[in-house]
Parts: sequence; C-alpha cells; structure tokens
Amino acid sequence: MPERKVIVESEVGLHARPAATFVQTAAKAPIDVTVAKPGGAPVSAKSILSILALDVRHGEAIVIHAEGEGADQLLDELAAIVSVA
Amino acid sequence: MERLTGAGVSPGAGYGPAYLLGGTIPEPPAGSRHDGDPVGETARAEAAVDRVAAELSARGEAVGGDAHDVLAAQAMIARDPVLSAEIAELIDAGTAAERAVYEAFSRYHDMLAEIGGYIGQRVSDLDDLRDRVIAQLTGVPMPGLPEPAERPYVLVARDLAPADTVLLTKELVAAFVTEQGGPTSHTAILARAMGVPAVVACAGATSIVNGTPVLVDGTTGMVGLVPSEEEVAASIEAANARGSALASATGPGRTADGHPVALLANVGGPRDLAAALEYGAEGVGLYRTEFLFFDREQAPSDEEQEAAYREVLAAFPGAPVVVRVLDAGADKPLGFLPPTGDEPNPALGERGLRILRIFPDVMMGQLRALARAAEGTSARLQVMAPMVASAEEAGWFAGACRAAGITSAGIMIEIPAAALRAADLAPAVDFFSIGTNDLAQYVFAADREVGALTPYQDPWQPVLLDLVATAASAGVPCGVCGEAASDPALACVLAGLGVTSLSMGAPALPWVRATLARHTLDQCRAAAAAARATSTAEAARAAARSHLPGLEDLAL
Repeated sequence: MPERKVIVESEVGLHARPAATFVQTAAKAPIDVTVAKPGGAPVSAKSILSILALDVRHGEAIVIHAEGEGADQLLDELAAIVSVA
Repeated sequence: MERLTGAGVSPGAGYGPAYLLGGTIPEPPAGSRHDGDPVGETARAEAAVDRVAAELSARGEAVGGDAHDVLAAQAMIARDPVLSAEIAELIDAGTAAERAVYEAFSRYHDMLAEIGGYIGQRVSDLDDLRDRVIAQLTGVPMPGLPEPAERPYVLVARDLAPADTVLLTKELVAAFVTEQGGPTSHTAILARAMGVPAVVACAGATSIVNGTPVLVDGTTGMVGLVPSEEEVAASIEAANARGSALASATGPGRTADGHPVALLANVGGPRDLAAALEYGAEGVGLYRTEFLFFDREQAPSDEEQEAAYREVLAAFPGAPVVVRVLDAGADKPLGFLPPTGDEPNPALGERGLRILRIFPDVMMGQLRALARAAEGTSARLQVMAPMVASAEEAGWFAGACRAAGITSAGIMIEIPAAALRAADLAPAVDFFSIGTNDLAQYVFAADREVGALTPYQDPWQPVLLDLVATAASAGVPCGVCGEAASDPALACVLAGLGVTSLSMGAPALPWVRATLARHTLDQCRAAAAAARATSTAEAARAAARSHLPGLEDLAL
C-alpha cells in the first residue's frame, strides 16, 4: 500500500502557500490521495479546506496515502513539498 | 434633497452614485427546499461556484502581486471538491442550492474558527466567498469593491478595514461615507491621505440604496441624497473657492514672525508620495510601513523592503524622513506576528514595540533594510518605534537602531505614561513624535474605532494639550503626527506649546501652512495658554480662536 510518513518542515506548517502547492499537485493526479495525522482520520489531499482544517503545524508528522497508477511518484512529489523548510 | 449628517473628517465636496460596500447577504432561510430536481439544482450551484472562482482568478490575474496570491487562494477554496460534494449531498437530500451552499460553508467556518490563529483569520475570507456564491445564486449584487466604474462612486460602508482599502484610488472614489468610525478611524485617515472628502459617524448611512446620487460635504459633514444640479454646483464651488484661497501660501512652514515649524506629510507607502510633493511637504513625518506587511504569510524580503523605503527616501533629498517601524497588533493583526495568548483587549495587548520585542528578527530586518535604503540618498533618515511606555523600552529601541547603523532614533508618544514622564525618556532618544489619536484613546480609555465614543477623540481636550506641553518641553525635538496636526487652528496651538514639526495627510498642508503664516509665535503661545486654561474641548477651541484672528481670512 503506497504510503509516506513525512515531517512538515515549512515554518507555517501545512497552511498558506505550502498547503496551496500541496493541494494543487494532488488535484492534478487522476488517482485518490489522502492525508492524515498519524492515527487520525484521512482527508482528501485535493481539498484545501480539509487540509486547512487538519491544522498541521511545523514539525508535525503526516501520512500521505495514494493508490493507483503513478502513486509512488505522486507521493514522492507531495512529500518533497512539505519537506522544504 | 434628503439629508443625513455625520462628522466631516476630510474636506472638500464629492458627488457620485452610492456604492454600498459589504451590503450584507441575508442568510438563506433554514429548511429552504428546491422543487424536486436535484440534478438541475446541483448544476445551478456548480455554475455559481464556477462563476465566482473564475471571476476571482481573473481579477487576481489583472492586479498581480500579493493580491493575486490572495485571490488565487480564494478561487482554490471555491473549487474545493469536498465542499462541492457536500453541497451536492445537501441538494440531493432536498435542500435548496442557496441554503446548501450556506450550510456547507458554515461547517468549515466553524472548524477553522475553532483552530484560531492564522487559520482562524481566514474565516472572513470563507464568509466572503460564501456570500459571493449566494449572491450569484440569488441575483443580488456582489459584496466587495465594484469594478472600476465609468465615474467615481461615493463609497458607503458601516466601517472600512485597512484590508478593504488597499486598492482604492481617487479615480474610483468621489467620497467616503461611513456609519461608524471617528475622526481618527482608518476611513478618515485614508480619505485625508487620498485627498477625498469623507463623512464618518453618519447615522443611517447604510440604509442608502445602491446607486442613489449622493452629495458629500467633507467639511460640514452633510450627506445629501438625490441633490439638484444647483445644490451640487454650489457645494463644489464653495469647496473650490476655499481651495484657491490657500494656493497663495507657499514655502516651508513658519509663523508670521519667522519661527520655523516643519510641515511634513504622513505617508502609507510610495503611492502617497505624489500628493506629499504636490502639497509641498518639507519631508515625511510619519512613514507607516504596515502596507508592506499586510496580507502576508511572512515578512517581506529584505530586498523588497529596501526598495520600498528607498523610493520614499529618494523623493526627499536633504529632507527628514521619519519612518515608523512595523506597528502590528490591535486593529492591525498580522498572521506571522501572533501575540503570545488570547487578547480580550487587543488595543492594550502585545502591539507596536511590544510585539517587535517578541520577534526582534523582524524588527532588525526592517532596521537594516532602512539603513541600507538610506545609503546613496541624501534624505535624513529618522526611525521611531510605536507604543513605547518606558525609558527602558526607549533605550532598547535606540540601541537596536544604532546597531543597525541608524543615527537618529525616536519614539512615538502615545501612551500616557510616556507623555507624563517624557523627561525620563528623552535622554534615551533623539526625538519624540506624538501620536494624538492613540494618546487620546489611552488617556480616555475610549476605543478610537467605536463611533459612539467619538467625543473622547477630540484633540482639543485640554488634558491632551497638557500632555503635548509636557512632551514638547522634555529637551528633544518633538513633532505631532496624529490627526491633530491637520486642524489649522490646533496646529497653531501645538506650535505655541513648543512642538517643532507637524505631520499630516498631505491635503491638509496648505491649510496649516496658510494659518501658521497668518499668526506670530506669540499669538500661538497665547492661544495655547488660553486653550489650556479651559476645561472642555469646546471651550479650548473657542478660547484659542479668540487669539487667532487669521482663521477668518481662510473661512475656517
């Protein structure tokens, strides 16, 4: 099951510009992508409101999950976005 | 014509069709149902959302810069697939599109509000978006500023927030009318800076119907609805006549007997420079730097700051340019400079220098950018801190300025403690600048943004004159950069109290210059003494006038 656990390095957390870039990237993919806090309920990575409401702060971990063709590549891309300080 | 009356806070006459800003979009009634065609109803909702998103994107492309990012983010929220799915689900269950939109947005409104902080501040953006979609669905006019119209409109609002006004220009707005706000509200300050007439605290303003022809007299506070052509012509003629009487006074500010009082301009960014130069400012007495920081996720880059500062410094070769470091907090919160905890009274909270002490890197970045910007220009850079209460704070700030290579460091006098013990603070700094608006707010414990408390903001209150006198005699040059400086009679009184410079919205400069030139320093001193000998603002005004005979020449 393609999944990545990453620490959010951006100063503002998964909010504001990093959140927008993250969602834009996820929305381009034809497959389902979800984000969750470890142990928490997953939300759609294509929904900016869901991502904002998840309230991920700087230094917190998230689990990104995708299934289908190109899932691994997409997960790498998304992980890279949140790993940039 | 039907008349409303408020407080005239920015002189001149303006005429145009009313545009009601932020006319509230009524909540679609709970339990509203559609007529049984969920597919058609969903399509209707989706079309409205698409239309709003497309419009925001297009407007973002048109303006560019930071506004583009803000509007693009709004469009992205509108296109949120989860939100769309929730709207469709509610419509499937029978809910009418308007109500479905309202309920779906409300869910996220509550979730984000609960998180608070930076995210919580986005709630108003979400509400704006919701109102736009509902307006689209119900066919009522969109909230927010209108597109550039063929002729300038009279902007009518309950009150204006700084964020509402960033895109306004004189070409768009003929006059401002607000139901709330006082003489020092953002609307008043903005209007004076733009040279556009304004009336605030005008009861009934928001009941003016969109499109109604409105005549505004920013001197008398009269707001006339559907005036006749003669009434419009008479008002504009009277305003013009006063204008030409002023044109005669030129040159640096001084009394009739040659005592210099530097007349400086308040500017909120490079866009105010043209007016400052046009009205003959001798320099800048208050450069508010907040415009660089609003609507940002983080502080602007050093390079961007440096460029914005250099633009202003370069416009005033050899002249003083007084820059106030970022004044965040209270009515000007910034997401990236959050106060330490919840603030039930933000005006009494971590704002001004207090918040910069928590984020010293932001302040040092600004000070260094200022020092670099001043290199290569001949302007005399002076930098001051807002909300300073004690000698210790003043010394800390002056030390930071010196470390950044700035030679003239000053403080705002706007907290009563600093005014009363000005002599203790003076040795730490090179100059004072009195902010009469906040000083009045703190002396009277009266929020300056609350319309009902407007009388407390009267800068003629003798207690304020006492505090000015104390600060002005503490041994360092002392300017006034509050709106008090733009009242010509009061400007004479301030000069009489020992104030060395007056800084104001540029359009007030000719009035103050002409009034000072008609009186000697002794007359100004006598007016000041007479005003301080009274016990009410009204009496102080009348007492001062009796020593200032030149006011009549100017029909003031």
